[in-house]
Amino acid sequence: MTPPDATDGKGPDRTAFPQIRTVGTDGLLVSFGEALSEPANRAALAFRAAIEAADLPGLLETSASLVSAYLRFDLCVSDHATMKAALEALLASQDWTSAPLPGGRKLWRIPTVYGTDLAPQLEEAAAVAGLSPDDAIASISNARVRVQTIGFAPGMPYLGELPPDWAIPRQTELTGQVPAGGLCVAIRQLVLFPVATPTGWRHIGQTAFPLFRPDDPEPFALRPGDEAQFIPVMAEQLAAMRNAPDGGAAFEVLP
Amino acid sequence: MTPALIVHRAGPGVTVQDLGRPGYLAFGLSRGGPADRLALAEGAALLSQDEGLAAIEMAGMGGEFEATADMRIALTGAPMRATIDGTRIAWNASHCLAAGQRHSVGAAECGSYGYLHLGGGVAADERLGARSTHLAAGIGRMLTPGTRLPTGPDKHPGAVGMTLDADARFEGGTVRVVPSLKTEFFDPNQIARFEADEFRRDSRGNRMGVRFLPGGGGYQNEAGLSVVSEVIVPGDIQITGDGTPFVLLSECQTTGGYPRIGSVLPADLPRVAQAQAGARLKFRFVTLEDAVKAELLEQVRRRGLRRALRPLVRDPRSMADLLSYQLISGATAGDDLERPLP
Repeated sequence: MTPPDATDGKGPDRTAFPQIRTVGTDGLLVSFGEALSEPANRAALAFRAAIEAADLPGLLETSASLVSAYLRFDLCVSDHATMKAALEALLASQDWTSAPLPGGRKLWRIPTVYGTDLAPQLEEAAAVAGLSPDDAIASISNARVRVQTIGFAPGMPYLGELPPDWAIPRQTELTGQVPAGGLCVAIRQLVLFPVATPTGWRHIGQTAFPLFRPDDPEPFALRPGDEAQFIPVMAEQLAAMRNAPDGGAAFEVLP
Repeated sequence: MTPALIVHRAGPGVTVQDLGRPGYLAFGLSRGGPADRLALAEGAALLSQDEGLAAIEMAGMGGEFEATADMRIALTGAPMRATIDGTRIAWNASHCLAAGQRHSVGAAECGSYGYLHLGGGVAADERLGARSTHLAAGIGRMLTPGTRLPTGPDKHPGAVGMTLDADARFEGGTVRVVPSLKTEFFDPNQIARFEADEFRRDSRGNRMGVRFLPGGGGYQNEAGLSVVSEVIVPGDIQITGDGTPFVLLSECQTTGGYPRIGSVLPADLPRVAQAQAGARLKFRFVTLEDAVKAELLEQVRRRGLRRALRPLVRDPRSMADLLSYQLISGATAGDDLERPLP
């Protein structure tokens, strides 16, 4: 059969939010907006926590992306209609877009080398954003960005929101391999890679910040809601921080 | 001393895999686990043990192994040339590997991922609640010569010599897909062409995903390159910037911005993972309702695998296997193959 749109759980109006859609064969996604916004991001984080707390029979796993909460369930225990009804009841229980941010948030200051051969796409990204390389560095390093979600790779943050200049698209071709600690930019967001990864985002900075520590009691350095600032340092300074705790980064707990 | 399997030689993609580690999706860590989940179920059936026990996954090429104590083994997934002390042994079957014997597994004859299961499972250390190596996340690593893999307690020592007709899934074919997030960015003509197209499995592929080359041109969509990143699940068919589909597997990323034209049913994902470079694959859309039915049927079938076991030696061509049962030294009562499994 061909383009199957009545079967995928989408309502007739794809512009109305919140919206419940299916993901693959055994997942549901509750989205709070089409594009990233502060209220939609808040709602996604809070709603995912609410799904976890609701103890739904058959629930296997949840996550929050930038504007959505996802759940996967056991098809032998529950079905799409039952899960969807439970989600609708939860949605109706409060205004999720005004939910508070998670508690115990931290502000991280993370030493970063901008440009050089450690981060070879700074100039290209600056050009696409219509900025000089120096202005680009100033713009990114002065921005205090928030962890909007953790995803893609273990412990990897999507951070935002950057000033409007940075509404630049991803690249069509993937960048071969960005090393662990690489800071990349697109669509008014930064991502920081925990492991070496090919990506469509442009590599503008390099840090020594370990995001994923599989043998630590706390394996993930960042949580959604945390904030970060990427402080410019010289390549030699970063080299000296490679073996320092947290790659030379430091945090304070936000009130 | 705990019985162990010593790795003397290993191909470049040999790892320990159990069912993976659900629960860390919100931290960006995908569940992982075997590229071919069915193979893990088949191995568990052959050894009459729990599906959650860890086995050894061999991508394209096996290795050479030695047991420190008599142990049961089973081989599933992509058929590979396997021997014990030089004598060929059957694939999709359980065998005894006696202490000191050398077990050698060669290159895949078709398909991509072969599995070596041990009675009692591989008792490697758990990390974040599972034994699976997750290469993309840097959890665990590929097995190298000299590694000693301890085994867990085997509840059915001696119960070997069984075989199972493997679900053929090693040479491409047709897989079922459901519409998923962002399928609507592809217009009906693209979807129709996608269903009619015959794809070739590219040489690029790993446990994160495999690339399929279209017969005609690439697939275009209206999403552009600035769509907000959204959750990704194994089976999702991501269309990257050049219009080529990439089917995501167990070690896939957890979110991504490229549009997905559909999502392969979990039941059919082993066929995608096992397709070797050059294999031809087609995609067919089914409704969500049919996909759910297919999944439930597959669950029932996998749970019933043990009932599908047959004694290996009914086929006289497999008689050589008897040599590995130590019949001569009297270590068995000689009626192993007649006895029902516990």
